[in-house]
Amino acid sequence: MNIVVCVKYVPDATADRQFESDNTVDRVGVDGLLSELDEYAVEQALQLREKREGEDIEITALCVGPEKAVDAIRKALQMGADKGVHVVDDAIAGSDSVATSLVLAKAREKIGAEKKVDLVMTGMASTDASMSVIPAMLAERLELPQVTFASVVESQGEVFRVRRDGDTATEIVEGRLPMVLSVTDQTGEARYPSFKGIMAAKKKPLETWALSDIGVEADQVGLSASWTAVEGTEARPPRTQGEIVTDEDGSGATALVDFLASKKFI
Amino acid sequence: MSEILVLVDHVDGAVRKPTLELLTLARRLGEPSAVFIGDASQGADTLAKHGAEKIYVVDDAEIKPYLVAPKAEALQQLVEKTGAAAVLIPSSAEGKEIAGRLAIKIGSGVITDAVDITSDGGTPVATQSVFAGNFTVTGKVTKGTPIITVKPNSAAPEEVGAAGTQEQVSVTISDAAKTAKVIKSEPRKATGRPELTEAAIVVSGGRGTGGDFAPVEGFADALGAAVGASRAAVDSGWMPHAFQVGQTGKTVSPQLYVAAGISGAIQHRAGMQTSKTIVAINKDEEAPLFELVDFGVVGDLHKVLPAATEAVNARKG
Repeated sequence: MNIVVCVKYVPDATADRQFESDNTVDRVGVDGLLSELDEYAVEQALQLREKREGEDIEITALCVGPEKAVDAIRKALQMGADKGVHVVDDAIAGSDSVATSLVLAKAREKIGAEKKVDLVMTGMASTDASMSVIPAMLAERLELPQVTFASVVESQGEVFRVRRDGDTATEIVEGRLPMVLSVTDQTGEARYPSFKGIMAAKKKPLETWALSDIGVEADQVGLSASWTAVEGTEARPPRTQGEIVTDEDGSGATALVDFLASKKFI
Repeated sequence: MSEILVLVDHVDGAVRKPTLELLTLARRLGEPSAVFIGDASQGADTLAKHGAEKIYVVDDAEIKPYLVAPKAEALQQLVEKTGAAAVLIPSSAEGKEIAGRLAIKIGSGVITDAVDITSDGGTPVATQSVFAGNFTVTGKVTKGTPIITVKPNSAAPEEVGAAGTQEQVSVTISDAAKTAKVIKSEPRKATGRPELTEAAIVVSGGRGTGGDFAPVEGFADALGAAVGASRAAVDSGWMPHAFQVGQTGKTVSPQLYVAAGISGAIQHRAGMQTSKTIVAINKDEEAPLFELVDFGVVGDLHKVLPAATEAVNARKG
C-alpha cells in the first residue's frame, strides 16, 4: 500500500503569531513546526503499517510550503515515514485553499505516476487557517471517496470504516481504496520521534519539487491567483484582567454570584 | 434582487438555529432562498418566517446515505440553475466540507468560519476571528459565486415573514459522489440543556474537576447554561468529545463563559476567547486563564460551585 500523508508547516500556535503587510500569515518571523493536527495523520499511517504486518506499506510525507517547511517533513520522517516530498516555489506564497489543494493534487499525481497511491491522509484541520477544507477539496479534485473527520479508523483489505463524530450524530462511514482519509485528534496521541528515528531520518530520501515539476503554472497559485482576498487584519485588543478573589469559607461563591448579578446574568 | 442560497442545517427535518441566523445575514446581501435537502414539511414555515422567499426542496433518497459529496453536487446544480449571487452554509464540519467541494466544482472562492457578514454593494464582506481569537480578519471572495460558511451565534435571527414558496428540485447525483457511505448514524442523546455553540451561557469543566462534573452541571442548570469541557477532561474520558471547547472541538462565543478547573492552554483559549464575559474558578492562582477573565475565584470548584449554585437558586426564589 502506498500512503501519502499531507503535512503542513505552520507558525507555532504558542508563539506570537502575526500577519505580514500584505495580509498573509507571517511564516518566517515566527518559529514554525509540523502542524500538531497533522501529527495524528502521520501516527495513524504508522499504526496502519504496524497493524498490517507483512504488507508492503510505504509512507510518503508531502508538504507544500517555503524552504523552512522542510522541518515538517523531517519531523514526519523522524516519526517513521519513509520518504519526503517538498513542493517549494516562490510563486506559491500566499496561495489560498483552492490553489493549495491544486498543488497537493498535482504532487499526488506525480507520486502516483511512479507508484499507484492508495491512500491520501491528512489531519482534521491546520492549526493556522483551520479551514478543514483541504481533504474535501482533494477528494473532489482527485475524484476519490472522501472519508473524513475520522476519530476511529478500522480497515480490512481495501475497505476502511471510520467513526465520524458530527454535530448532531455519530456516524460510521465506509469507503474503499483509493481514498482520501482525514483523522481527528481523537485517534490517539502521536508518538515522539525516538533517538533511532531521528538518526534514521537523516538518511531517508527527500525530494524537492518546483511547480514546473508537477505541471502547475505559476499564475495558477500564489496571492494574485487567490480566489479570496483579505481586506484587513486587526489585532483584537488584549483582554484586561478583572477582579480576582481568593475563596475563604464561602466568600468566593458569594463574590461570584454578586458579580454575575451585577452583570444581569442572574 | 439577487438570490442568496442558504443551505439548511436540520436534524430529521427540524431546522437548527444557525440556519435562521444565516437567513438574517442573507437578507443583507439580497433575497434569501433556502436549500432544504430532505423532507421540508416540518421546517418550511420556520424558514419562511425568518426571511426565506423561496425554499428549494431536494428530497432525494440518494443523498442521505452518502457523505458530503452528493450535497455539494446538489448545491452546484442549484447555483447553476438560479444564478445565485452567493451561497451561505452553516460552519459545521460537514458544512465546511460541502463548501470546499462546491468551490472547486463551480470555480469560486470560499471563506470559512465567518462570524459576521456585511454587504459592500451586494458583495459579501466576511469577518473571521483567527489565531485563537487574537486577530479579526475581513475578507472577500474575488472569483465566482462567493461561498461563505458562517459560525453559530453570528447574528440574531430576525422574524420578517417571507413568501417561502416551495419548489421541488430534482438533482442528478453522480456515481463518484456515492463512494463514501454512511452505514450507521446514531443521533446524539438530547441533554435537555442548550446547544453548546448556540448557548448564551456556557459552564465548562476541566482537569480540576477530577472527573466529577456534577458541580459544573449543577451550576450550568442554575444559570440555564450549556455544559462544556476542556480537552483534558475529554481525553480523560469524563465527557464525550461533542462537549469539547477549543481548537479541535467547538468554538463558543457566549455572553458568559465560566471555566471551572481549566488552566487555559492556547488550544482551549482558541475556542472561547471571544466570549463576552469570562469567569474562571481555579485552585491554582497561576492558571493562565486568569489573565483573560473579567472575574476570577482562586478556590476549589467543588466548594465554590455548589455554594454558588445554591445562592443562584435562592436568588431566583
